[in-house]
Amino acid sequence: MAIAPRPAPSRRAKAASARARRRSAFYQLLAVAAVALLAWWLASTTLQNMRLRGIQSGFDFLWAPAGFEIGEGLLPYQSTDAYWRAFLAGLVNTLRVGVSGIVACTVLGTALGAGRFSANAIVRGVCWGYVELFRNIPLLLQMLTWYLVLTQFLPPIDEPARIAGWIVMSKNGVAFGAGEDSPTLSPEFLAVLLGLSLYTAAFVAEIVRAGIAAVPRGQMEAASALGLPSRRVMRLVVLPQALRIIVPPLTSQYLNLIKNSSLAVAVGYPDLVSIANTSLNQTGRAVECITIIMAVYLALSLLISVLMNRVNRGAAIKER
Amino acid sequence: MAAPMSFIDARPPPARRPDARSWLRENLFSSAGSTLATLLFAALLAWAAAVVLGWAVVHAVWVADADECQAARGIGACWGVIAEKGRLILLGRYPADESWRPVTATVLLLGLVVASCNRRLWNSWLALLWPAVSALYLWLMGGGAGLSRVATDLWGGLPLTVMLTVASLALAFPLAIVIALGRRSTMPAVRTLCIAYVELVRGVPLISVLFMASFMFPLFVPPGHSPDVLVRVVIGITLFAAAYMAEIVRGGLQSVPRGQVEAAASIGLTWWQAQRKIVLPQALAAVVPPIVNNFISLFKDTSLVTIVSLYELTGALSLALDSDPNWRPFKAEGYLFIAAIYFVFCFAMSRYSLRLEQRLARSHGR
Repeated sequence: MAIAPRPAPSRRAKAASARARRRSAFYQLLAVAAVALLAWWLASTTLQNMRLRGIQSGFDFLWAPAGFEIGEGLLPYQSTDAYWRAFLAGLVNTLRVGVSGIVACTVLGTALGAGRFSANAIVRGVCWGYVELFRNIPLLLQMLTWYLVLTQFLPPIDEPARIAGWIVMSKNGVAFGAGEDSPTLSPEFLAVLLGLSLYTAAFVAEIVRAGIAAVPRGQMEAASALGLPSRRVMRLVVLPQALRIIVPPLTSQYLNLIKNSSLAVAVGYPDLVSIANTSLNQTGRAVECITIIMAVYLALSLLISVLMNRVNRGAAIKER
Repeated sequence: MAAPMSFIDARPPPARRPDARSWLRENLFSSAGSTLATLLFAALLAWAAAVVLGWAVVHAVWVADADECQAARGIGACWGVIAEKGRLILLGRYPADESWRPVTATVLLLGLVVASCNRRLWNSWLALLWPAVSALYLWLMGGGAGLSRVATDLWGGLPLTVMLTVASLALAFPLAIVIALGRRSTMPAVRTLCIAYVELVRGVPLISVLFMASFMFPLFVPPGHSPDVLVRVVIGITLFAAAYMAEIVRGGLQSVPRGQVEAAASIGLTWWQAQRKIVLPQALAAVVPPIVNNFISLFKDTSLVTIVSLYELTGALSLALDSDPNWRPFKAEGYLFIAAIYFVFCFAMSRYSLRLEQRLARSHGR
C-alpha cells in the first residue's frame, strides 16, 4: 500500500508560521530600539553633563601644541608640536614594543614548547617550570619587577659597564656604541619588552606543545619507518601539521600582546595609552582621548587578524 | 644441500618496571647531546639554587629591623619588610582593629566559589546562597547594623582582589549567557548586536575600559548620581569579562548536538524550555574548565585597577612601601611576596581546571 502524499500545509499552519515571523520581527525591533534608546540616553546625559561642567568637546584640540615632552621615540617630536603628532609618536612606540615583543615571544615560546618533547628530562622539566611560573603571575607585576630590577641593579650613569667594548649598560639603558647618539634601549622600553615577551612566551609554549601533541603518533612513526632522520621528521612531517592547529590560537596571543602593551603606562614608557592619559589630564577631554585609544587598538586588532588569517590560509590543508 | 635451519635466540622480555638506572640512561644520558645538556643544565640549576638559597634563606634578615636589613642589602633578602608591612600589603588601609572582617568575608566568598565549581552541589540551594553570602560580604566589609562603617576607599589588598574577581565574574555570567544565546539566534538584528558587542570589547585593552569607568562614567549618568569608583570599576570589568565569557559559553552551546534540541522540540518543549532544561545544563557543564581559566586570567587582570587608584594587592604594596623611606628600598622582597600569593592562587586553580577537564574527557569517553 502506497503512503499517501502529505497534504498541503493547512491554513492554520501557514498562519502559525506567519505569526512566528511577526514575533521574530517584533523581538528584533525591540532589541534595536532598546540599544538605540540606551545610546541616546547616554549621549544626551553626557552632553548635558559637559554643558554643566563647562567641558569643551571635539577633536579640534589635536591641532593645538601639546606642550609636554616624550621620553623616547623613533619619530622626531618636541613639546611645541601638536597633539596629533604626540599621539602618532605614542602609536609608533606601541608598535615598536609590540612588534619586538611578538618576534621575541614567538622564538622563545616555540623553543620552550618544543623543549617539552625533549628526550632529556631536565630540559623538559625546565620548560615546564618556566611556563607554570610565568603564566601564573600577573603581567603588570612582572613588568614592575623588571623595571625595578633594571633601575636598581644597572650601574650608575657615570660608570657604565661595557660588554665586548660596544654594548654600554647604565641606568640610562643599554646603548649599542659608545657615542652620544648611539641607539639606546631605555630601561622603560626594556622592562615592557621583557615583561610582554617572557609572559606571552609561556602561553605560546603551551600552544606549540598542544599543537605538536595533536599530530598523531603514527605520522612520526611512519616518517621514521621511511628512514627520515628525526630532525627532518620534525621539519617535514610534524611541524607543517602542527602549524594548522597552532596558528589560530597564536593569533589571539599576538592580539593579547598588543593589547597588553597598554600596561606600559605603569612603568612610564610613552606608548599610546600613556600619551592619551597625559593629554586627557591636560585637556580634560576624556571622551575624545579614550575614543582614540579604543579606535586605534580596534584597528590594530583588525590588522593583525587579517594578516594572521592570510598566514592561516597558507598553513591550512590544501584540498584539491 | 640447504644450510641447516636454526632459530634465532628469543630476546629477553622487557623489564616489567624500568629501574632507576635504565630511567636515567633513557632520560638523561641517551646521547652525547643529551648528556651535554644534562651536565650544563644541572650545573646552571645548582648554581642558581645556591645563589637563591644564599640570598633568600642563609643571609636573609627575618626580623622587622630596618637597620639590620640595610646592612644585609645586596647579600641577603629582607623578609622583615613582610613582618612589618604584611597587614598593609594584605589588607590595604582597612582599619587595623577590624582586620577580622575582611579576612572572614574573603574566606566566605572563596568557600562559595569553591563550592560553586563542584557540579554535585549545583542545586537551588546554591542559587540562594550566592545573594546571601554577597549580602553578608558587603555587610562585613562595609559595616552598618552593629558594625562600624568602613568607606570603600579604605578597602584594599587581597580581599579587594578576590572581591573584584568574584563580583565581576558572577555578574558577567548571566550577561554572557544572554549574549551567547543572542549570537546563535536566528534573528539577524539580535545576532548582529551581540557580535558587535563581543568583537568591540575583545578588540580593546582592559585599561581603556578602566579609564572609561573612572573618567567617562561620571559623564554618563545624571549629575550627582555617579556611583562610587569601586562600583564603576566592577561594572567596567563585568562588561569586559562578559564578552570573553560569552565566547566560552558559545563554545559550550556549540558542543551540544543538534539532535538534543530537535528531540526537545519533538516532545513539545518551547525554545526557552529547551534551552533551560536541555541545552544549557549540558553546555555549562562542558565550559566549567575554561571558565575557571577565565577566572584565573581575571584574577591576574585585577592588578590593573591600581592604575586607576584602587589599592588591591599590587596597589597596596606600593601604598605600604612608597611612603616609608625606611622600607622603600626593600620593594623587591615585597614584589616577590605578592608574586608568591598570586602564583599559589593561580597555580592551584589551574591544577583544578586540569582535573575537571580530565574528568570531563573521561565521562565523554563513556
